[in-house]
Amino acid sequence: MIPAAFDYHAPTTLKEAVALLSQHKDSAKVLSGGQSLLPLLKLRLGQAGHLVDIGRIPGLEYIKEEGGMLRIGGRTRESTLERSELVRARYPILIDTAQVIADPLVRNMATVGGNLAHGDPGNDHPATMIALGAQVVAVGPKGDRVIRIDEFFLGLFQTALQPDEILTEIRIPTPPARSGGAYFKLERKVGDYATAAAAAQITLGSSGAVERVGLALTNVGPTPVRSAAAEKHLTGKRPDAASIGEAARLVAQASSPSADRRGSVDYKREMARVMAVRALTKAVERAGGR
Amino acid sequence: MATHKIRVTVNGAAREAEVESRLLLVHLLREEFRLTGTHIGCDTTHCGACTVLLDGQPVKSCTVLAVQADGRQVETVEGLEKDGKLHPIQEGFWQEHGLQCGYCTPGMMMTSCALLARNANPSEAEIREAISGNLCRCTGYLNIVKAVQYAANKQKEGAHVAA
Repeated sequence: MIPAAFDYHAPTTLKEAVALLSQHKDSAKVLSGGQSLLPLLKLRLGQAGHLVDIGRIPGLEYIKEEGGMLRIGGRTRESTLERSELVRARYPILIDTAQVIADPLVRNMATVGGNLAHGDPGNDHPATMIALGAQVVAVGPKGDRVIRIDEFFLGLFQTALQPDEILTEIRIPTPPARSGGAYFKLERKVGDYATAAAAAQITLGSSGAVERVGLALTNVGPTPVRSAAAEKHLTGKRPDAASIGEAARLVAQASSPSADRRGSVDYKREMARVMAVRALTKAVERAGGR
Repeated sequence: MATHKIRVTVNGAAREAEVESRLLLVHLLREEFRLTGTHIGCDTTHCGACTVLLDGQPVKSCTVLAVQADGRQVETVEGLEKDGKLHPIQEGFWQEHGLQCGYCTPGMMMTSCALLARNANPSEAEIREAISGNLCRCTGYLNIVKAVQYAANKQKEGAHVAA
């Protein structure tokens, strides 16, 4: 399959890239890893007059802890994230997530920023970043701005990014002691989108009760699903089977999956609950809670 | 629409081409450079038949633009054999009968080469994980895993002799 014709641009600075996006506005798309964009163009489900490749801009691939945050460059490849010792030791939820995105070959091209900026509810990083309370940095013609991740996903394939903005960094607050997170995904086979998946990040207090919890679901609604009621239920309680079970039930109840080849609405909601139980349980375990 | 003049190092040799923006890497290799060892399978980023190494990393060349390879190194199955001698991974697929129809084989071998380059002694689980983006509909993967293990052992012996 051949995509419809477009012009390709390979700017070497962010400023140049933003200028190209401003110039071509809605007919331009940012090319990061291209593992979602190029299939869309090939299948002609999408069209672009101009592709602005940010792959030739130096300095957008990094993973570092700085200023109380884990900072991930927008163009960092999933395979780099997956093999990072820092991430493996301190943010295992990100390893859980990266390892179930598409397949290892795709992950050699696909980028963390692209996974978020694409706004696909089937993508795996969005729920994890919500659980972690992340922020993203967007650079546009007026400079950069920071967007809270829970204000980032607006709808199906819609994000808070303007057409002339580029996602350049993801910032994750370094979790305090006695924190843990996990991501569980039910998929039919390697490379599939989730039937349902859940991300959980928990911090325990000195008494063993839950001090903070972030919980979000993948692919059971037009955007990642979060439930204030579920998080409120668990906060301040001991994370035992009863409280975890109820929080998982509440977040699954807030989902709105659609029936397709991966299953019926009821099945997906039930699988979302099961994934939430597993993610919460593992998160507590990693937080040292049992 | 403008075309782009690109330079790509393919299997160690500098190549040049004038390409449309939308030309895919797999088409550049097969149709411009006549390297038809790289296969087109699903053409939808699933099967891995088109796997080549881009700067040493296995990628699906149906999902990379030719122009993205400008200034970079590409290795294809044609580059595995050196001076009439099969690469250990090729020998492994032959000795262990790691194929039936052969359609997935070039991609399987490129992925396996990259695995062995970063992990000389992979476990069976690591081999299976590494090739999980390459689909084979004939073999059930058992002999493919054995072929990769054969190559790993062969390379270790080679390293030992060289030392």
